[in-house]
Amino acid sequence: MLGASLLGAAAGFVGTFAVLRRRALVGDMLSHASLPGIAAAYMLWQTRDLLTLSVGALVAGLLGVGCVAIIARWTRTSEDAALGIVLSTFFGLGVVLLTVLQANPEGDKAGLDSFLFGEIASLRSRDLWVIITMAGGLLVFVLAMYKELQLLSFDSGFAAAQGWPTFWLDFIVLGAVAVVTVIGLPICGVILMAAMLITPAAAARFWTNRLGALLAISSVVGALAGIIGCLLAAPGVVEHIGLGKTAADTPVGLPPGPLIVLAGGGLLLLSMLVAPQRGLVARILSHRRLQRKVARDHLLRAIYELSPAPEADRPWIDFERLGRYGDWQGATLTAQTARTQREGLIELRGSQLRFTPRGFEQASHLVRAHRLWEMYVVEGWDRSPDDVHHDADALEHLLPPEVVQHLEQALRAEGRLPAEAAGDVPRSPHVIDPQQTIEETPE
Amino acid sequence: MRSHLAEAQQAASTDLTTALEVHDMTVAYRRKPVLWDIDLTVPEGQLVGIVGPNGAGKSTLIKAILGLVPLASGKVEIYGKPYRAQRRIVGYVPQRETVDWDFPVTAIDVVQMGTYGRLGWFRRPGHREREFARQCLDQVELADFADRQIRQLSGGQQQRVFLARALAQDAKVYFMDEPFAGVDAATEAAILRMLQNLRSAGKTVFVVHHDLQTTEEYFDWVILLNMRLLACGPMESTFTTQNLQRTYGGRLTILDQAAEAVRRRSPE
Repeated sequence: MLGASLLGAAAGFVGTFAVLRRRALVGDMLSHASLPGIAAAYMLWQTRDLLTLSVGALVAGLLGVGCVAIIARWTRTSEDAALGIVLSTFFGLGVVLLTVLQANPEGDKAGLDSFLFGEIASLRSRDLWVIITMAGGLLVFVLAMYKELQLLSFDSGFAAAQGWPTFWLDFIVLGAVAVVTVIGLPICGVILMAAMLITPAAAARFWTNRLGALLAISSVVGALAGIIGCLLAAPGVVEHIGLGKTAADTPVGLPPGPLIVLAGGGLLLLSMLVAPQRGLVARILSHRRLQRKVARDHLLRAIYELSPAPEADRPWIDFERLGRYGDWQGATLTAQTARTQREGLIELRGSQLRFTPRGFEQASHLVRAHRLWEMYVVEGWDRSPDDVHHDADALEHLLPPEVVQHLEQALRAEGRLPAEAAGDVPRSPHVIDPQQTIEETPE
Repeated sequence: MRSHLAEAQQAASTDLTTALEVHDMTVAYRRKPVLWDIDLTVPEGQLVGIVGPNGAGKSTLIKAILGLVPLASGKVEIYGKPYRAQRRIVGYVPQRETVDWDFPVTAIDVVQMGTYGRLGWFRRPGHREREFARQCLDQVELADFADRQIRQLSGGQQQRVFLARALAQDAKVYFMDEPFAGVDAATEAAILRMLQNLRSAGKTVFVVHHDLQTTEEYFDWVILLNMRLLACGPMESTFTTQNLQRTYGGRLTILDQAAEAVRRRSPE
């Protein structure tokens, strides 16, 4: 489990740069391409020592990368197609070699098929040390190269102009990805290792806009995925939580690779949902908040426009007229007024309502922003006063105070705005539907 | 004509230090030449507009000078030495679309990248670099946006962040690829002020420019390019109708001929 969490952390760390540099699929290719290397190393040295097999995996993986580069460079095949070709060809070769090995009784004992999906039980303590050293080394290495890798993945053209050897930097990223992939193979398996590189970085992206934090969160997500996956994979756990029953009497452990990847996927899903700002829930909530604000603002403005002399007093207004003026259904209006009343902006009396002082103030601000915008547009863009109402309708909720101030200055400078005291509400540039406004207009 | 031009260049540059010199530069993409035999000499302290039609190789010229695309032949010298030896005194502003603006860095982080060239391997940017980056952001009038993630900036602000990063390179010669493309009026004015400040400080700035209307007003020196060099010299003597016609006209003629050919082939 320690191995899995460390591996997860290292994969999350290195994977962040791979994803940012748009090299995510290279990891996938590397891990699939390493399978024939593992089989070949076993054939050559007849050992299942992790370090030996890793060398085979690394060589095969890098050979695969070389093939991609050659195919993309010298033929008309594009790079993504080349990746696909090499990935499947190498993997196919690996499966063939494995099958041959397993047909041979000695090879069968080697349990090389555990490399397909990973298996923790097959790890020996020496293997664990290999994983720990490599993962730790990679963390240190990537941290030391932080500045260079940040620059490379953000703007490689600029990096090259500044004199950085971008080819070799890319090669270093690739090498780091290759090493993580290889040490991850016995735990995660060749098929799913790429997910360990990509998922943590993708999940972390929901939580932060900073590269440093991104790296940290990505490693934590990777480590968590490793721990959760291992816990689930331990013998008996799956039966215990009632997910399934194995035919055998003794509980059987599941391969950890798929479980770790599933755990990572779960964390990604969780991030998508609950992350602040970028998460789905946060976005839905902020959308709802905006909608409510818009509805409330419309109500306030309608009340304002229905009041003959809003500055002087706060007249009572019939619900029915308000509903007709704003074209609101009874239920919507009731719900909205109730909410606005709770916010302390209006007060109710039977079938009538009026502003509270605070509500009146807020409404004046709103109407002011609305009308200033209308005036500005009518003036500056030469549009008919009746057209502009709609724009202003949408914008009044969004105009920040400093923009309103700018509008005011601009209009004053052009002499459009009478030299009123700041904060006064100007007259509307268009007619407020006379049919529906109060009959007893001020003389 | 050509020798006459060369003489004019020679005359213009003898009394001034030469900032950039390009000899016989030819650049090819996949064996297809995009720039032929470019020869030019530009003295220091000039704002230089690089002008020509689409596909004329303006960006390629800059990239070739900076060693970002290989030369098929020729050589480039900046203050008398090859580019490799002069990287520290050269600043670069790539086109804005070349990077992913969703990248998790803030404006000040990007500007700070300009100092990386001086820092060298493994050394981390410290307080001094941060402070300098802040000053550079201030020069493009974006000091208040230092900690914004770059996605949250407008297009014009993003462009200014790129310019600030070039300022952070603290160079003597700058190459800017279409900094005026698609920016708002405020940014255009800010960039122009910045260019003029650079000129007052004795820097030489090469700017790929697409707007012929403003070329004369913005720059002192002009390079007219259309796969080959049509003219290079001080604005007044070089930015002539005749030269412009030669720069933009060739393509027009070919297009006319092509259109004519199509017309003749199609049935009545």
